[in-house]
Amino acid sequence: MTRRLPRVDRVGVDERAAMLGRRSIKGEAKQQGIRLAVSMIDLTTLEGSDTPGKVRAIAAKAMAPAPGHPDVPACAAVCVYPELVGAARAAVAGSDVRVASVATGFPAGQTPLDTRLDEARQAVALGADEVDMVISRRAYLTGDDARVVDEIEQIKDACGAAHLKVILETAELGSYDHVRHASMLAMDAGADFIKTSTGKASAGATPGVVLVMLEAIRDHVDRTGRVVGMKPAGGVSTSKQALHQLVLVRETLGTAWLTPERFRLGASSLLNDLLLQYAKATTGRYGRPEDFSKE
Amino acid sequence: MSADQASAAATAAPSSWDYAPAPESTDHVRLADSYGLFIDGEFTAPRDGARVATVNPALEEPLADVAVAGPADIDRAVESARAAQGRWARLAPVERSKFLYRIARLIQERTRELAVVETMDGGKPIKESRDIDVPLAAAHFFYYAGWADKLPYAFSGRDTRPHGVAAQIVPWNFPLLMAAWKLAPALACGNVAILKPAPTTPLTALLLAEICQEAELPPGVVSVLPGDGAAGASLVRHPGIDKVAFTGSTAVGRGIQAELAGRQRPLTLELGGKSANIVFEDAALDQAVEGIVNGIFFNQGHVCCAGSRLFVQESVADVVVEKLWRRMSLLNVGDPLDKNTDVGAINSAAQLARIETLVEAGETAGAQRRSIECELPSRGFWFPPTLFTGVSPAHRVAVDEIFGPVLSVLTFRTQEEAIEKANDSLYGLAAGIWTDKGSKAFEVAAALQAGVVWQNTYNRFDPTAAFGGFKESGFGREGGAAGLRPYVSVT
Amino acid sequence: MRLDVDKTYKLYIGGSFVRSESGRRDPVADHAGDHVANVPRASRKDVRDAVRIARKALPGWRQRTAYNRAQILYRLAEAIESRRDGFVAQAVRDRRISTRQARAELALAVDTVVYYAGWCDKLAGVLGGINPVAAPYLSFSVPEPTGVVAVVAPPEPGLLGLLTELVPVLAAGNVAVVGLSERWPLTGLDLAEAIGVSDVPAGVVGLLSGRTAEIAPALAAHRDVDALVDAGQDEALGGELGRLASASVTRVSRPPLGDYREDAYRLGLGRLEAVIEMKTAWHPVGA
Repeated sequence: MTRRLPRVDRVGVDERAAMLGRRSIKGEAKQQGIRLAVSMIDLTTLEGSDTPGKVRAIAAKAMAPAPGHPDVPACAAVCVYPELVGAARAAVAGSDVRVASVATGFPAGQTPLDTRLDEARQAVALGADEVDMVISRRAYLTGDDARVVDEIEQIKDACGAAHLKVILETAELGSYDHVRHASMLAMDAGADFIKTSTGKASAGATPGVVLVMLEAIRDHVDRTGRVVGMKPAGGVSTSKQALHQLVLVRETLGTAWLTPERFRLGASSLLNDLLLQYAKATTGRYGRPEDFSKE
Repeated sequence: MSADQASAAATAAPSSWDYAPAPESTDHVRLADSYGLFIDGEFTAPRDGARVATVNPALEEPLADVAVAGPADIDRAVESARAAQGRWARLAPVERSKFLYRIARLIQERTRELAVVETMDGGKPIKESRDIDVPLAAAHFFYYAGWADKLPYAFSGRDTRPHGVAAQIVPWNFPLLMAAWKLAPALACGNVAILKPAPTTPLTALLLAEICQEAELPPGVVSVLPGDGAAGASLVRHPGIDKVAFTGSTAVGRGIQAELAGRQRPLTLELGGKSANIVFEDAALDQAVEGIVNGIFFNQGHVCCAGSRLFVQESVADVVVEKLWRRMSLLNVGDPLDKNTDVGAINSAAQLARIETLVEAGETAGAQRRSIECELPSRGFWFPPTLFTGVSPAHRVAVDEIFGPVLSVLTFRTQEEAIEKANDSLYGLAAGIWTDKGSKAFEVAAALQAGVVWQNTYNRFDPTAAFGGFKESGFGREGGAAGLRPYVSVT
Repeated sequence: MRLDVDKTYKLYIGGSFVRSESGRRDPVADHAGDHVANVPRASRKDVRDAVRIARKALPGWRQRTAYNRAQILYRLAEAIESRRDGFVAQAVRDRRISTRQARAELALAVDTVVYYAGWCDKLAGVLGGINPVAAPYLSFSVPEPTGVVAVVAPPEPGLLGLLTELVPVLAAGNVAVVGLSERWPLTGLDLAEAIGVSDVPAGVVGLLSGRTAEIAPALAAHRDVDALVDAGQDEALGGELGRLASASVTRVSRPPLGDYREDAYRLGLGRLEAVIEMKTAWHPVGA
């Protein structure tokens, strides 16, 4: 059956997204925004060279990003590969920081379905609170929506109580029409969150892509009443970009969405830029990278 | 508070996240207390004109005193313009071109200052004057600069002669931009110009006069005479004028046309509109809603080509109106100098009164009115973005130009019905078409009686793209090679 | 007594000043045959590098708005004008012409850049248009840049001829690799400094000094060059270049001989038309 794509005008989307990037956030609003952004970060390390030592370091940072600024909250989660879930679990014990694990053959997803399902189950068994899966682009790009949806449903099942983020890998989908369509498929299949990217592809969470997904969520919530969260990942590395993301959320879905329960930022170097900007906002002085530990 | 406590506090959504005031700084703007008339390359006191304060409509506070022209001043200006025209027209075209390039570059250098003054004098949001009005004004000078030495290519190799002295009357909704639209092509073709800005918004035209001085433009090539309707009428009638260009209301435009009837004086008119913005069921709806909002609330609806009649296909009318209403509620109405303001002040008490009268008429006629809730400042002229549903084509709010942030919503069932209703107007300035189907967009565009048709967008302007109306929205074009035609006679 | 810090002349490729990969150089003399400076003798590999870099720079240059390109070229005019005294002094010294003549030439050169800058956003309107086809279709034709254009600069001193052949290529949206005059390369390499500060993106213009008989055939034979503007005024070489270019259907244009000081020779549509391709599109009209 041929797919019926929703209609999205790219030029219009990009204009609106850019206009929202020109909002001027100052003073207390900026400080509040930075604190919000920190609380929404899934502090991420997804490298072949990750070890328990590395994971312990980022977990400590996620739990207390800025010891000198006690009003800066902890991050939402740490995000790691399945083999590091155990170390992450131990490292965040006693705090509210969650453990998210990528699974399902991240990032390309080109492994047999049973191994992907098994990986998800194991990640949860090792202690992951959240699973970030990737959709099958092979299925999507050959027009097999039914398979895309079926796989998500099965993986959701395999996750049990853990909540599921579905990564669309928007840079590979081809157009905003497809981003919207894939968002809808993922939400219909039961995603708890939809996520833009793995961070390993050519582009990540550009403002236009994020706006398209937020609009898709808006329509889904209107239609079904079920809230689905949103996680931009990849390409958000400065405070300005993070605040832009918050503006996109506020002016598309409303202030009720400015919570880590509904919005996360997948990032690694972003955190230190937020802290630097926070220090500037509260002390009035421009900082240097060494003002905050890199890990 | 520990990080954990801060976390717990941060997990719940905040009750609000307002952006905080973000005022554009005005301390680098140096406005004189008082401005003279710009005649023969100098600012000079009026001989028989007066001085009038120009007021900031957001604060109801005076900004500066501005001289307004009397009959003797108009005589003086015309005389100096006539004296300058011959030499200007005989300059090597590349030299004329370079003057216009200089003006463009100087406008670019002074963008911030011009944007702030435009906002203070007229009430439009700083983000519009900064991002649209001033850059486009510079772009118009830049574009027409490049035509000055290439005129034969715009006229298929035919010979052309400038008319001579052009009287150019511009309105208060885009003061600097309209001045650029008028001056740039006129000068490029070898004319000289006498510009009469609107009474409520003279300041950026006067700063443009300063720019002309800085560019060393020969005296008399550009004159700037602030004045009222009477001054405009005298200027238009003056025997020393060779060409008239007017942008403003249809009522005044008709009057000018009547005044000039029978005289061999070329005239172009850019008048009012009641433009149709047509949303088909197969449109990209979220972007269409943005286009509707942009079409009527941009510049508070003080736009001749505003999409003030929304025609939405009945099958998607409820969805579109619901999305539109939610989107309207996000509009920030307030201090025009705040960088986050989307909708600024109404230009004058008189204009506000006109809007209120027409909105009342709409309610009386039985249409359903909804205005967004917003905190409006206690001083200044304000009107909240407003939606009328249940509008019939005969209602005044569907027929008369309101020139404010008021949208009338009507529905249609088929493409033919949409076209017929859209064309059912004495106006014919612009139209919008929202559909994902290219062949439909082009077919409807061909059928609409409008000089500018926007497909899947609205309120897009570019110096290369001709702009102007059909029917009682006026005649003549501005922009593109077509924009040169009104300023020459072709032999 | 003060020792001057003499300039080392280099090729301009990819927005940088580089030596020839061959390491070779040639002396340049003034009007009387006295040595002035050395310039790099660009090799086939330099040509290959310049073309590769130009090709990479093309999408970015083409995608800019015509208005943006116009502003960049106007800024180039500003940059040359602000260096007027330097160019004039060099011309007077190396060519033994009067200051008055040198200034007049430079003024014409700057005005020529301004002239072509003004064409960027008008070309589509003048050369393109709607085709009123006899069927329910919207059909339009637009001029597009040909792509990577090689320019054999005229064998003239000064900037006038060089800019006349180079700037229209850029105004039409192309990128350019220029083989400079063999006899008079210094002003061309100095022009690179003005180009560098003018917001012209790196790679859009490549300037190569050296021997025309080596550089020009390398350009003409290169299959990834889309067009060749041969202003070299050498008939024999021109024939060879034409034959080499034909192997990949590279478009060749040779401006007729003329006087660069004449407006009618320098200005007009001809040099723009030589480096554009018309694209025609059709779309049905009818729901």
